[in-house]
Amino acid sequence: MVRNDWVCPEYVQTRSGEITDALQQHVWITVVAVVVGLALSFVLALLARRYRRFAALILGTSTVLYTVPSLAMFGLLLSVTGLTATTVIVGLVLYSLVILVRGIMTGLDGVPPDVREAAVGMGYGPVRMLLRVELPLALPTIVAALRVATVSTIAMTTLGVIVGHGGLGDLILRGLRSNFRPEVLTASVLVVVLALLADLILVAALRLATPWRRGVARA
Amino acid sequence: MNDFLDALRWLGDSAHWSGPDGVPTRFVEHMWLTSISLLIVCVIAIPVGLWLGHIGRGGTLAINISNVGRAVPTFAVLVLLFMTPLGLSDWTVIIALVVFGLPPVLTNTYVGVREVDRDAVDAARGMGMDAMQVMRKVELPLAVPLIVNGVRLAAVQIVATATVAALVAGGGLGRIITAGFGRGDRPQMIAGAILVAALALLVEALMEWLQRRVDPLRRIRRRPLTARSAAV
Repeated sequence: MVRNDWVCPEYVQTRSGEITDALQQHVWITVVAVVVGLALSFVLALLARRYRRFAALILGTSTVLYTVPSLAMFGLLLSVTGLTATTVIVGLVLYSLVILVRGIMTGLDGVPPDVREAAVGMGYGPVRMLLRVELPLALPTIVAALRVATVSTIAMTTLGVIVGHGGLGDLILRGLRSNFRPEVLTASVLVVVLALLADLILVAALRLATPWRRGVARA
Repeated sequence: MNDFLDALRWLGDSAHWSGPDGVPTRFVEHMWLTSISLLIVCVIAIPVGLWLGHIGRGGTLAINISNVGRAVPTFAVLVLLFMTPLGLSDWTVIIALVVFGLPPVLTNTYVGVREVDRDAVDAARGMGMDAMQVMRKVELPLAVPLIVNGVRLAAVQIVATATVAALVAGGGLGRIITAGFGRGDRPQMIAGAILVAALALLVEALMEWLQRRVDPLRRIRRRPLTARSAAV
């Protein structure tokens, strides 16, 4: 093997174990980060809706955090959580907040007031109103934010390589160090495919979850 | 947290503030890479965005480019670029930084021009202005706030991407993080991270100030804006 072509089926065959491991780590880090980010964003968005002063604080802080480059973020978190996957996950969660909190707040704010009034008239309390009326109506906006957050999280996970937990990013750096093109290309293509796949799954999930929107012309 | 104190000690060590690996050299490198890339981005993206906005074409393209941009792993693109015949040079870094800086300036310029009041454009035409004059004297000045917003986003993007580039080649403050990574020197990695984060926040603050300065309507807008920010 001297030619160092970009595409090398032999590499994919002989190293399929390594590739699968990296892929699994990548998916695992992404899923944990997005799920935790979404849960945290819900709590923050609900608090922000309740206390407007808190809203400015949350949006301001998350925007400042978003400005910090991810390599620096992982480097800073390194002093707290060390060379672990936790460092990467915490960093990714912090980045997802700026997109998700905004998305959830926009979605909930977009619920028409007359729908809310009708629900109140039907005797809905605040919790039932949130779960049965507001969340379903806000779902398209929330999923739109979730798509953006997921896709950029998948791309950013590669940079976890700086603390030794970058999933497919680990393969990319190793391929660079050993100047082995197939390893870099295979891992890069997998990252993009993963992002597209995740996006498709979220679109499909939204369609399944909102049967009343089917057949409605998309804006 | 001990690592963090060691990082502060690293920053306090005068040995790290001189020579070709010193903080000032890395800072100048980072600023040079960022400003030259940002300049190239503006020279390309502003005229193209102005023209596309003026003729009202390519809107979907501009939006799609910035949507796809989010899915592209910067790190993978940089590594792939360095493994092409372009190789490891400063110019390869600059090409990559320009590629990642173009979308926000292009989209914001386009949207800025599209959002110019059509009546103002019609009035300018009625006064006998030709296409170039309309663009230069009406659309460009009115689109300035959004254009500067795009430049701000691009600047932050480029500062961050230059940091990632240091993982592959190239200088800048990111090099301090990656050199620490290479040697397993955690205090140095954290010290580099502090410097990069500070630089990014500084650039963002600077651009925000610039954005407020160049708004041609700021004297008119000033009052309602302050009123609103006090209410929130």
